[in-house]
Amino acid sequence: MAKHATPLLDQLESGPWPSFVADIKEEAERRRKNEKNVEYQIPSDVCDDLLGILELSYKDGTTHWKHGGIVGVFGYGGGVIGRYCDQPQMFPGVAHFHTIRVAQPAGMYYTSDFLRQLCDIWDMRGSGLTNMHGATGDIVLLGTTTPQLEEIFFELTHNMNNDLGGSGSNLRTPASCLGESRCEWACYDAQELCYQLTMEYQDELHRPAFPYKFKFKFDGCPNGCVASIARSDMSFIGTWKDDIRIDQEAVAAYIGGELKPNGGAHSGKDWGAFDIQKEVIDLCPTECMWIEDGKLKINNRECTRCMHCLNVMPRALRIGNDRGLSILVGAKAPILDGAQMGSLLVPFIKVEEPYDEIKEIIEAIWEWWMEEGKNRERLGELIKRQGLAKAISAIGATPVPQHVMEPRHNPYIFWKEEDVPGGWQREIAEYRKHHQR
Amino acid sequence: MADPKDIVVEFIKSKEKSKSKFYFNDLSALFPDMKMREAKKIINQLVADGVLEYWSSGSTTMYGLPGSGKQASAEGED
Repeated sequence: MAKHATPLLDQLESGPWPSFVADIKEEAERRRKNEKNVEYQIPSDVCDDLLGILELSYKDGTTHWKHGGIVGVFGYGGGVIGRYCDQPQMFPGVAHFHTIRVAQPAGMYYTSDFLRQLCDIWDMRGSGLTNMHGATGDIVLLGTTTPQLEEIFFELTHNMNNDLGGSGSNLRTPASCLGESRCEWACYDAQELCYQLTMEYQDELHRPAFPYKFKFKFDGCPNGCVASIARSDMSFIGTWKDDIRIDQEAVAAYIGGELKPNGGAHSGKDWGAFDIQKEVIDLCPTECMWIEDGKLKINNRECTRCMHCLNVMPRALRIGNDRGLSILVGAKAPILDGAQMGSLLVPFIKVEEPYDEIKEIIEAIWEWWMEEGKNRERLGELIKRQGLAKAISAIGATPVPQHVMEPRHNPYIFWKEEDVPGGWQREIAEYRKHHQR
Repeated sequence: MADPKDIVVEFIKSKEKSKSKFYFNDLSALFPDMKMREAKKIINQLVADGVLEYWSSGSTTMYGLPGSGKQASAEGED
């Protein structure tokens, strides 16, 4: 029997889609029965009271959460997001309902043992409700009380060899795609770079000192399975410098129908015979492909790594051999200007241990952003305010054509003295040889 | 150079009447000769020593003296 009547929430269950209300009710029921005899360390009716407070919020048309406050365990400035209810007498189970962010493994590979341990901790010391995974990619444990924070932290770090993720004005939990572990398109070991930079920047992850949040994401190739280009302040996207490798026999096999396009992914419906002209060549955004004497040709200098042809014909076309990554900066800054995609900062950089070149760029960007960024200003907003040229000079690079998105719309050019041959001084005698007074 | 702890505490106390929580920028500005990431080390040490306390909304983190700045007192509900 439910503790609170929730007619408004019940209505949400009526749609054809899965409902979070049904999930919370299920967990409330499970906690009431407690068939496994878990020694609950927070009120066992936490899920009932969560439904109750949500119902009240819907009824009142206002929130009953107080947000913010405590931020973590000893020595950490992030990883815990404090949440308190403003009707603790009515809903004692959610008087405290803090969120804990936990670092997810690179590529989100889990053992069932790990998941079991995590759920056991959370059943006992939290609400049992999780969000796998949060928008940043981390494991989100929803709802516990203040005294449980250190206990959970101890168990996560000592028994599970894991760590809290990021929250607040710090480096957020970095996320990577599956990378080389499963994907032949990976141009670098995204999981390894994600792990190494996470370890290198522990201080930035746990001790907030940035103007606002900062996200890293690692995509092994331009397919962008973690969508780093759209949602990270600094995205690392695998690419290659040389030519796409072509296996002409396999191209012929795709044309002849022996090989299924897209790895057979669209086989649920009869789309007709594969038409390379229509489905690949005509769709190339830079029109850099053609068939000549029965062979597929690519003008690689024009290729923008859109990946479409490689995705359609994975057996015939493969990524080049001279691989590295591109660094883009400034995606996702929704407060000021709406969502924006990352801008290219470094067209190509090799990914080689100990990754010093990459670290230098990261630290130079941080230095600039911490110095110039306003409070609560994302990197992308700073770039909009001061211009990409400032970001480029912050890393000590010179602008290249890839940095230009469109012809300039500002007619004024401000030269720096050091950029002008001879500076601001001129040899007047030399000038007078050609120009009268 | 004076003890960083004194500089920070004195600054925060001087603003006590209007503000109880500070952005990192407000505090790092007290050490103008230092690079930001060096100032970060000092300020974090003050947190570790219990001189300062973090406060976070979840998206933004601020710093203040421990226990200061309850919303209730700002709204006369003490």
